[in-house]
Parts: sequence; structure tokens; C-alpha cells
Amino acid sequence: MTVLVSQLFTGVSIGAVLLLIALGLSLTFGQMGVINMAHGEFIMAGAYTVYVLQGAISGAGISLLVALPVAFLVAGALGAALEYLLIRRLYARPLDTLLVTWGVSLILQQLARDIFGAPNVQTRAPDWLTGNVPVFGDLTLSTNRLFILALAALAVVGLTLVLRLTPLGRRIRAVVQNRDLAAVSGIPTGRVDRLTFFVGSGLAGVAGVALTLLGPIGPTMGTNLIIDAFLVVVVGGIGTLKGGVIVAFVLGTLQALVEYTTTLSVAKVVVFVAIVGFLQWRPQGLFTLRTRSLA
Amino acid sequence: MLAGHGRRRTAFALLLTATLVLAGCGSKTGQNTSAAGASVDTSGDTVKVGLLNSLSGTMAISEVTVRDAILLAVEEINAAGGVLGKKIEPISEDGASDWPTFAEKAEKLIKENGVAAVFGCWTSASRKAVKPVFEENKSLLFYPVQYEGLEQSPYIFYTGATTNQQIVPGLDYLKSQGKTTVYLVGSDYVFPRTANKIIKAYAEANGMTVLGEDYAPLGSTEFGTIVNKVKAAKAAAVFNTLNGDSNVAFFKEYKSAGLTAASTPVVSVSIAEEEVKSIGTQYLADQLTAWNYYQTTPGAANEKFVAAYKTKFGADKPTSDPMEAAYVSVHLWKAMVEKAGSFEVEKVKAAADGVTYDAPEGLVTVDGATQHIHKTARIGKVGADGLITEVWNSGAPLKPDPYLKGYPWAMGLS
Repeated sequence: MTVLVSQLFTGVSIGAVLLLIALGLSLTFGQMGVINMAHGEFIMAGAYTVYVLQGAISGAGISLLVALPVAFLVAGALGAALEYLLIRRLYARPLDTLLVTWGVSLILQQLARDIFGAPNVQTRAPDWLTGNVPVFGDLTLSTNRLFILALAALAVVGLTLVLRLTPLGRRIRAVVQNRDLAAVSGIPTGRVDRLTFFVGSGLAGVAGVALTLLGPIGPTMGTNLIIDAFLVVVVGGIGTLKGGVIVAFVLGTLQALVEYTTTLSVAKVVVFVAIVGFLQWRPQGLFTLRTRSLA
Repeated sequence: MLAGHGRRRTAFALLLTATLVLAGCGSKTGQNTSAAGASVDTSGDTVKVGLLNSLSGTMAISEVTVRDAILLAVEEINAAGGVLGKKIEPISEDGASDWPTFAEKAEKLIKENGVAAVFGCWTSASRKAVKPVFEENKSLLFYPVQYEGLEQSPYIFYTGATTNQQIVPGLDYLKSQGKTTVYLVGSDYVFPRTANKIIKAYAEANGMTVLGEDYAPLGSTEFGTIVNKVKAAKAAAVFNTLNGDSNVAFFKEYKSAGLTAASTPVVSVSIAEEEVKSIGTQYLADQLTAWNYYQTTPGAANEKFVAAYKTKFGADKPTSDPMEAAYVSVHLWKAMVEKAGSFEVEKVKAAADGVTYDAPEGLVTVDGATQHIHKTARIGKVGADGLITEVWNSGAPLKPDPYLKGYPWAMGLS
């Protein structure tokens, strides 16, 4: 029983990590349709932000909390710059976007290698994030995973509120549903694109901060995550947020439960097979965005 | 323009991810060229040696320090006049934590540079990848890291521990501490899998129980489930054969789960001083390691080695077992070459038996038959200062026994 609960918790926390890395992508890929291969490198940028701040600010806890907004800004600025300099010129050519952003991702990786060195680096976690909370009996929940869970929840709620309630959110939704109509209604679609990219990339930076609590930071950490992130968005249904949320937690839990009874490699295979099967049945993903657009 | 195309976009994204996955799995294979046996280039007034280490990727955390230790030995030898009157010219290549790359670079060092010997490799996967290259070209590799045994290539000298000099003593130590149930955690490649096969055979013969066995891909950082399994199994100890910085994620998770060195000690065979420093003593304090050398090992040779290393690479840089074994391998090669009076590979091999060197870990002797060296086993405990102090040693250097022929329980393993 204890084992099952703690394993479910592990699954949920894997889901939270998946969700954090996919959330930004659900904006840039899901809403805007841009395949940004450099998304993983924005995660890396967020993670290195923690590393740099930890060198500047001695307290591990304070530097981590400061890193959250800073990483959002750093990764967001990188994303906005990428959109402004390259992607906006290629909106009509998705294949070129793919190749160009892949090139950018390689450049960013090499840049990280030149600045921080090729070996991976680690950060110190504050003491309150290395312990655990006893629940009952043998069952304990580790504080770093609770923190990541809370962060993921906060990000989802925040993003939902922005999309639902703010003028920016309204504009983003308008542009997604019908770009031409939005443009003739006076919405500056170019600026909306840039802001969407800023927020989506910024969320990748926040995911990077969370990941420093679990493992090492390295130039290639982003590439390992980008596939999972794309999977979550595609299976969840392009253009919807709730699909991604559900899928992240389902995949995380599935992986944790299968891994418990088998091995990590088998669990990965099972998750992949499940995804392929699901997409055979529902190629459009879990939820679809209904629009009146004829395109 | 952008809205719509939903289906096509989905299909495209799927294709994209599939391509990515395939690209990740793909491997380059080195082309086989004629097996002529490369010649050592001794035409100039220098002799070239190759350094083959991962300077990037998941293994760089460990392998960069090995490269540094080799360079230190080369510098010392050159300062003392070189080998047979020739200065050593080191040529460094990056294996990039990728096994086919190791094979490619080994081929390059042998054929293009005409090196007299190559020093390097860390993971057994990289060693297995370059082994055919060295055998085909009849060129020498000095391999400085503890490994899983059950191997004896005529063109490799193994200066790290084989199983009877590290893993078996580690198990003996656990048994002597009354820890009779163990859980095995390792990276998913040849060393951990073979090591665990040996551990299971040992356990069966020695009244120990292996409660579980789990592997994570090299570079994996998701250890929630594995740590949950360890915790649920209530093992008395964990035998850890994880490599590279997966250890960082594992020990973070281990501590978060409330497991400690006092309740469930972890014996690690791939964590030395350098890794302790980067993983952080907050996660590793009081955990156990099995090696043949620590920075704290007493003796004049070690004091000189530690001082020289710190002078060259920085006072905050620790020395570790694989670094020491790599440093020793260069000095042993020099001694063999001088005994042979030649850089020729076959003559060096013939001269190897009985060559000794007063190493930082104590006197080491080359065993010509197995091309391994006699080493003292040492169990250590990680201190709060990041250094490892010895809690037990085997008393005398142990004769290398890569196929464990001296252990009845190991019958049928090879």
C-alpha cells in the first residue's frame, strides 16, 4: 500500500516535470504552430541561471527563489529574440523553421559549453528541499518533488488565467483561432506572436530551474527533454492546455507504475507503444481546438 | 495561414519525433581497414602518445581529471629527460562519451599520428569499442579504470582494479559488517551488468541475498522509482555501479527519500574524490567506496603526487583512484619501454612482466600473464570535507585474477 502510494506520487511528480517542460511548448508549438527545436536549450538556459546565481548569491534557498523570475526573463528574452530575428521570417515555411531552430539549438549548446565548460555542473539545493515530509508509516514525500509539483500547478494556473482573463490572452487566442480575422480586427499579430514566444520560452526557463533540483546541469540536457515535451503536446492535442496537463500526468503515472514492476527501459517502451496506439486511434490528440477557420 | 492544418501538423510532429528518436539510437561504425599493424612513429626527436578521454558529455565529469593526470606524468617524465632519450609528445582526443567516437579517434591516433601507446577510456563500453581497433592494429592501450574483469586483451594493459581487487573486497567488507541483504543499482551497460552477475554469484555462495537489481540508461536523471524500490525492499546496503553524473540524481533522490548512510549504506565503485566534490558532500557524507587509492593514502610517493597535481591544476583539485592509475600507467609504460630498450609494441609487451613502480597507492607490479597489476584493495568512507578516508585494506597487494579462477563460486561466469 505504502509502496503504491509512494509510486503514484513518483508518477505524479514525473508528470509535473513533463508538464513543466511541455507547458511552454504548448504555447509556441501548440498555439502558434512553430516547431522550435531550441526549446530544450531554453530549459538549459534556465538551469544555468540557477548555477550562475548560486555563484553570486550565497544562500542556496534565496538564489533558487530569485532564479525563478530571472530564469523566466532570461529564457523568455532568448525566445523573443529568436522569434524576432529568425522565426517571424519563416512563418510560411515550417520545414525551414525546424532546421533553423535546430541550428540555433546546436549553437546554444556550444555556447554553453564554451561559457560553462563541457562537463556537467551541479547546484546545491537548500536544506528545505533535500528532505522529506513523513505522511504515515513508511510513506514519505520528498520536498523537492512537492516543490516541483507546486511549481507546475502554479504555472498551469497562471498560464490559464493569462489566457482567459488578460487582454494579451484574448489576443493570443484570437490569433490562434483566426490570424487573418484577428489582423483585420486591429490586433497587432506580430507583437502578439513575440509575446507568446516570450511567455512560452520563459516557462521553459522555469522548468530548467526545477530540473536543477533533480539532476545535473549540462549543455545537452535540453535535447534529452525535447522529445518528451513534444510527445505531451501532440498527444494532448495541439492548441489546448488541458490536454497537455492530463497527458503529462497520465504518462508520468504510467511510466512510474510500469517501471516499478519491470525496468526503466521497459517502462519507456510501454509508454511509447501506448502513445503510438493512442495516436492511431485519435491522431488529432486528446482534445482538439474547434475553429471556424477554413484553412 | 497558421490556424488549421491540424492533422498535417500532428503527423509532421510525429514524424519529427520519430526521426529524433532514431537519430539518438543511430550509431556510426568505424570502417575496417587492412590489419597491417600500425607502426610507431619514432622518426623525430619526440615519441607521440595518444590521450583518449571524454572531454564532453556525461562522462566528462570523470574523464577530464584522468586526462590531467596523464599530462602530469608526461610532464614529469619529460622534465627528467624523456623515454630512451626522446621527449613524449601527448596528442589528446575527445571521445565525447560516445563509444563509436572512441573507436574512430583510436584509429586516428594509431594510423595518422603513429602513437607508441594510447592512455585512456573510462567506461567498459568505450574500452570494448576500441579493443578490436588496438588488436587489429597491434597497438597498445593503457586502461586506467577499475572494471568488471573477464577480459584479457593482448594489446591492453589494465592498471585499474579487476573484480578481485575491488568488488570482491567490497562485498567481503559488507559481509564482515553483517550486511547480508543488498540491492544492486547500476548504469545500463557492460560494466554494471557483468559486475552484478559476479555479485550475485558471490552472494549465493556467501549467504547474502540480492533483493533487487535495477539499471538506468547512462546519463539518466530520473531515479524516483528505483529509490522507491530500494526503500520498499528494506535492503541492508546498496551496491552502486552507476557511472557518470547519474550519481548526482541518484544520491539527491536517495537523500530525499530519507535513506542515509547509517540506515542503508551505499557502496559505490565509480565515485572517487572528484565525483564526491561535484555531487556534493551534503548527499554523500559517510557513504562507502571501494578503490585502491585515496588522496589520503599515506606515503611519500603519494604526497609528491598530490602536491604536484595541486600545483599544476589548482589547490582545490582532489586526486582520485582512476587519476592515480592513469598517472601510474604512463610511468609503467616508461619503465617497460626502458626495460625493452625499444618502443616496439611486441618488445614492450615481452618486457612487461615484473616491472614495478613506486606508485602513490604503494608499490605496484605488472603481471605479465594477465597484463593487469598487483594492487591493494581499500574501502573508504566519504568525509564531510569531501575526502575519502580508508576504513579497511587488504594488507598486501592482491594478485590480479580477471577471470576469478581462484574463486570456486565464480565458475561458469566467463
